[in-house]
Amino acid sequence: MRDIFVLAEHRKGEIRDITFEMLSKGWELAEQAGGTLTAVLLGHNVDEHASKLAEYAKKVLVVDNPLLENFNAELYQQALAHIIKEHKPTLLMMGHTGFGMDLAPALAVQLGLPLATDCIDLCLDGGRLLVTRQMYGGKVNVEAAVRVAETYLVTVRSASFEAKEGVSAGGEIVHVDVPIQEVDYKRFVQYVEPPKGEVDITAADIIVSVGRGIREEKNLPLIEELAKALGGVVACSRPIVDKGWLPKDRQVGSSGKTVRPKLYIAIGISGAFQHVLGMKDSEMIIAINKDPKAPIFSVADYGVVDDLFKVVPELTKKIQEAKGG
Amino acid sequence: MDIIVCVKHVPDTTEAEVVIREDQRGIKTEDLPYVINEWDEYAIEEAILMKERLGGTVVAVTVGPEEAEATLRRCLAKGADWAMRIWDEGLEEADGFAIAKVLHAAIKDMKYDLILTGTQAGDDGYAVVGVALAELLGIPHAALVKKIELKDGSAVVHRELEGGLEEVVEVRLPAVFTIQTGINEPRYVSIMGIKRARKKELRVVSLSDLGLTVDEVLQSSWLTIKRMYVPPPKKQAVIIQGSPADVAAQIVEILKSKGLM
Repeated sequence: MRDIFVLAEHRKGEIRDITFEMLSKGWELAEQAGGTLTAVLLGHNVDEHASKLAEYAKKVLVVDNPLLENFNAELYQQALAHIIKEHKPTLLMMGHTGFGMDLAPALAVQLGLPLATDCIDLCLDGGRLLVTRQMYGGKVNVEAAVRVAETYLVTVRSASFEAKEGVSAGGEIVHVDVPIQEVDYKRFVQYVEPPKGEVDITAADIIVSVGRGIREEKNLPLIEELAKALGGVVACSRPIVDKGWLPKDRQVGSSGKTVRPKLYIAIGISGAFQHVLGMKDSEMIIAINKDPKAPIFSVADYGVVDDLFKVVPELTKKIQEAKGG
Repeated sequence: MDIIVCVKHVPDTTEAEVVIREDQRGIKTEDLPYVINEWDEYAIEEAILMKERLGGTVVAVTVGPEEAEATLRRCLAKGADWAMRIWDEGLEEADGFAIAKVLHAAIKDMKYDLILTGTQAGDDGYAVVGVALAELLGIPHAALVKKIELKDGSAVVHRELEGGLEEVVEVRLPAVFTIQTGINEPRYVSIMGIKRARKKELRVVSLSDLGLTVDEVLQSSWLTIKRMYVPPPKKQAVIIQGSPADVAAQIVEILKSKGLM
């Protein structure tokens, strides 16, 4: 058994949660199989990050280079290709994130290694890697075998593994010098922060959230009236923002806002994991959806399996009556 | 601006119940409507918008069985100039990398300034094809693209990261961009468009035309599906039953009991 490598993901001076989630899983895999858990840290002036990662991994490989200050898939790919060829780990875990999705497939093709993307579980069985991932928007789980190889590459879905506290691993920090050539065909320009909207949904106690099931923009008042009756705000899942029916600052999910209201009512939202990431910690969740197998029902406290166009107007009416009476 | 757009014909399961086949290696698709992959719909729109502004050609390419021609016809009706469908029996088993290899063989000798495809497909969700294709072609790429500004010989693109943050990168052309939903407003297909599409070329290509065999393509796959199952719920919601009025009354009681009203 050789080592388990985890690519540390950091951005704007912070190590991202996915890193600790992968390190937790990596620790478990290394314990089972007898390898060493190694965090790979690419960046510039990242000593603090290295010390932090050393609490979670037996070894931290650091490549400190000004060219790596901001994520750039091409430069990361160069550095990682070099590291993999040199160390031949059993497994390299990366995040299935905006960074990992830009990086991992190209790295795999370059090295001729197999890649399993968006994994929610991993199992090393002898020399083989079995992964669990989802298809059809989270409605199906798939167990898949990865083509046998010396090194396996995986990208891991956010929040698939619990990030455990540091185990005081006392990891050894090793600086390595990797040749990286600046490229003229891809250049980082800047980060752009999301625009601040007029409503801050993260501050609301009650959120009425709408998804694809609403079908048409002209049906949105149904949702607005319910939100108004409850004294809450309207939020939504991604398709509603993509269609331009509500502004981006109303979007709940991994590419939008993370909310923790007292009450979250999900209407016509199937519950793809990207959405669930943004609302699963709400105190109470009620879901209305006509598909009884919609994943939203496995995060909701209460569910209604019915046509939202019948249920929502009734609910609004009953709430208005109760409040009026 | 010559643009190739790689599209996929997928079952639409967003509002349908998914039933797993007896062999547990796929789902039952007979009763499902098929559509253009949602991400690809934005990719073809982006290509046509560029063509309308700058001239050039748009070619839609898919790897899929005859039924997938419905998706290519849709692209042609929206304004693509011609289309290509690549298929051989056995490719149902191909994963994202295997598909990228097929596309690479088909595209490598074509003329293009830009290749667009969806960031991922709504069925298998690999998010592999576009970036792997770029690496096979030896050209740069950017994934999760939400905005493209063309400059002379390059493009400034906004990539979507988590939490609404965007990363701006400048990429030299030719390049592959994988398109994220919401980048534009896909147009509807017009009757005129459908008529015009009938006269446009839809080329059908087999693997042997590309110098490939099904076996070598499948052997390059990274993943082999062993088993599919419905995810066991982490918890299961208490289902409130009854007529809409009954349901509404019960929810009101729950909200009252929790002090939410």
